[in-house]
Amino acid sequence: MTNTTATDSGSRKLTIARAMAEATAQEMRADPSVFVMGEDVGPLGGVFGNTRGLYDEFGGERVRDTPISETAFIGAAVGAASDGMRPIVELMFVDFFGVCMDAIYNMMAKNTYFSGGKVKVPMVLMTSTGGGYSDGGQHSQCLYGTFAHLPGMKVVVPSNAHDAKGLMTAAIRDDNPVVFMYHKSLQGMGWLGTEKGATVATPEQSYTVEIGKAAVAKIGQDVTLVSLGAGVHHCLRAAKALGEEGVDAEVVDLRSLVPLDRETVRASVAKTGRLIVVDEDYHSFGVSGEIIASVAEHDLACLKAAPRRVAYPDIPIPFAPTMEQWALPNADKIVDAFHQMMSQ
Amino acid sequence: MQPTNDQRLWMYRQMVTSRHLEERIEALYMEGKTPVFNMAKGPIPGEMHLSNGQEPCAVGVCAHLDAEDVVVATHRPHHIAVAKGVDLNAMVAEIFGKASGLSGGRGGHMHIFDADVNFSCSGIIGESLGPAAGAALSRKMQGKPGVAVAFLGEGAANQGAFHEALNLAAVWKLPVVFVIEDNAWGISVAKQASTAVPRNDLRASAYNMPGVHVADNDVEGVFTAAGEAIARAREGEGPTLIEIETSRLAGHFMGDGEDYRPEGEKEGLQQRDPIPRYRQMLIEAGLLDEAADTELVGEARERVEAAIRFAQQSDFLPPEAALETVFV
Repeated sequence: MTNTTATDSGSRKLTIARAMAEATAQEMRADPSVFVMGEDVGPLGGVFGNTRGLYDEFGGERVRDTPISETAFIGAAVGAASDGMRPIVELMFVDFFGVCMDAIYNMMAKNTYFSGGKVKVPMVLMTSTGGGYSDGGQHSQCLYGTFAHLPGMKVVVPSNAHDAKGLMTAAIRDDNPVVFMYHKSLQGMGWLGTEKGATVATPEQSYTVEIGKAAVAKIGQDVTLVSLGAGVHHCLRAAKALGEEGVDAEVVDLRSLVPLDRETVRASVAKTGRLIVVDEDYHSFGVSGEIIASVAEHDLACLKAAPRRVAYPDIPIPFAPTMEQWALPNADKIVDAFHQMMSQ
Repeated sequence: MQPTNDQRLWMYRQMVTSRHLEERIEALYMEGKTPVFNMAKGPIPGEMHLSNGQEPCAVGVCAHLDAEDVVVATHRPHHIAVAKGVDLNAMVAEIFGKASGLSGGRGGHMHIFDADVNFSCSGIIGESLGPAAGAALSRKMQGKPGVAVAFLGEGAANQGAFHEALNLAAVWKLPVVFVIEDNAWGISVAKQASTAVPRNDLRASAYNMPGVHVADNDVEGVFTAAGEAIARAREGEGPTLIEIETSRLAGHFMGDGEDYRPEGEKEGLQQRDPIPRYRQMLIEAGLLDEAADTELVGEARERVEAAIRFAQQSDFLPPEAALETVFV
């Protein structure tokens, strides 16, 4: 096992979808207890491509298409994980959590605690997040904060293929339940729009990215932009635009929400004195508020200006492209937020 | 399939043990809760769901199980835990919330986990089925011996989880048995007011699996039905659904006034208490006489008393231990 960074990854580029499938295949080869189940994960290869090739290599016993019964198969994953297996289950859209949340937060996330640490639940719940392609308000949410709020499950949100592969490998090997939240616009599926910045050099050999460690995606001195998943790419574009104005922005990619790397965020804000949090999840009671609180309760004096957030408004996600695009975070909004911060 | 004489006495002993445990918990639970009932008071705070009357379901099933077999039980788990062989001292200590409890007091009476005998339970209605199906899948995939049993109440058969899990277990032909303890009441709502079918075992046909009904809280009827179902599971022939007509001799939980029951129902159930009935049957079969019964009951009671003493003499974990074991 090695920890690598995006800078020593060689030249082969993968999409996040391919990176997830490769990590899964490598772990399945190494460990017979690893298996995959979910809707359309078999011959189809996953609606978002992240199990492509697994069925052909491992067969239907270890790559199981399930009935459309999330409560049953996620509950079954809890039972299998408690009995020596390492299931990877897919909740196709995170929006569907409403039909199966009991299995997730009352069993998957709590059985270890209820047993005083004697029952391990080593499973990965992978689920797609995010909108921007007019799929309406039941197929476009992020819900990062909802999962991170509930104790007992780790939560990871990769922004690029390198991290996705390393986090997936780490998640499969983890003895705790890990919710792996991937953003549809980063998957490299052309039909969902593709964020080119997510398709990056990715080593072929197996490696892990430590769960709970943020990355500084761009070093800067003047303002800290904190985000996760697709938001990281909005921040990088905003940083580029700000750079043209002579503003040197630092971009922190959280990568994990649970555990949350507050130290990296605090160290960055201690340096820049300014904080903007960018989150495609809903504005209130979520990630953006938690990040700002983590800085403020630690050292209010390090802030040269009131923190800002660019997050999804507290509305169900609208269908019409005009409305949805208006509501989503983007680089322009981040630049505007910086200007407002500086004008006060 | 009939029980051997040893199995008969084993089942009787487990029923007596479980009943005495519940009677002692009932008394201890009420300490500090009178004259004004306050759930947070006393040596055993919180909700308490006693299993008095439902013992035949537990012993008739668990008579066929070994430690390696998996059981996932309900919010009313004590009788099943006793029959499955959960460490009694550690379980009672857990019910008291003590450091020596199965999880140091983090779980309590609705969250009994004993990995040594593959026992767990959940406080949420209908949530035993998915994990049991998954444990059965695990055994099938690993080629390891053992079957899984999910216990549930008759009210849980109206949960989506029930229907999803039955279908999943049948379509994957999993070595699992679903055991419904039909005590006729979902808290205060009668089965006939909540359920469109008279018997939930009839629902098995919707999932292409055998459905078996056991009437009248009959210990040996449960033994036979469960034995056949578990044998089917062990032989790779797939899941079975069993519904047992049992009786809830206590309220839904301690403090339940049970005003919703028709007049005389409770007295009728008490007259049909399965434990004296089984005792009488064993005496008539020549397996038990007064002296042997007194000895057996005394041993069972002493086992329970020892567990209670163990729990009472244990300390609590320091409160900040609450922060531990969220993750391993």
